[in-house]
Amino acid sequence: MALPPRLTQTLDFQAQALVLRSERQRVLASNIANADTPGYVARDMDFSKALHEATRHGTLNAGAPDGAAMSLTIARPVASHVGHMGLTGGGGVSTLAYALASQNSIDRNSVDMDRERATFADNSVRYEAALRFINGSVRTMLDAIKPHNQ
Amino acid sequence: MSMFQIFGISGSAVSAQSQRLNVVASNLANVDTVAGPDGKAYKAKQVVFQTELIGASQTMGAPADPVPSRAGVRVSTVQQDESPGRRVFDPKHPAADDQGYVTFSNVNAVDEMVNMIAASRAYQNNVEVMSTARSLLQKTLQLGQ
Repeated sequence: MALPPRLTQTLDFQAQALVLRSERQRVLASNIANADTPGYVARDMDFSKALHEATRHGTLNAGAPDGAAMSLTIARPVASHVGHMGLTGGGGVSTLAYALASQNSIDRNSVDMDRERATFADNSVRYEAALRFINGSVRTMLDAIKPHNQ
Repeated sequence: MSMFQIFGISGSAVSAQSQRLNVVASNLANVDTVAGPDGKAYKAKQVVFQTELIGASQTMGAPADPVPSRAGVRVSTVQQDESPGRRVFDPKHPAADDQGYVTFSNVNAVDEMVNMIAASRAYQNNVEVMSTARSLLQKTLQLGQ
């Protein structure tokens, strides 16, 4: 017997995008903080791939007591991954890639400050965009369930 | 949530850069000090940065990060530059040794100025990261209102 879709199902995609955006924000902040550390290599996340991975499994484990019960309509139950791709963003960490070094440096530091700042600003705007989309969905839902008195 | 750790990461960077600025200030203040009677002049100091993981793994049951995705900075050591100080021939100087040479410190003022500019730029960048994270978190708090 299929579970009825949860009310928040439409929010899941944007919520996962928000989690991954904040994860990426943290990676970029680490890069900026270590701009002067010798031997540090800059990391980045492939965001679209991570989002695709996270939504492919079709579930958002928002702290449910047993993750196995959260199967959805688009479920492809890959049981071993259900706990991994949670709201903790654990999936994003293991797929960290290396940022290409633009200039060689004697101290082997590969952080390009200009690119990091630009990427950080870009990521911030997209984070806000995800927030707006969630807000819009929430308002639409509230509008739908509000009693409209004629 | 990941964004909260940004304060720890950027906070550590800000503190490390300000230590670096302190060292630069010490060096510049001692550019013209001469060797005392013990023959030891001021030696220029440099900070050495090292990556430091901020906060233990807080997600329950999550595997330990194999890569530092919350990598802060700390000052691991303050190294002294052991190259000999600048020697100037000036027999009339009160601190001149038997051959009439005075040993000044080995601080290179130009290097220190460049260091200072780099440190203050890095400081500003990290402060900007923190304030952006703060405003994003505040907007997140207002979700749905």
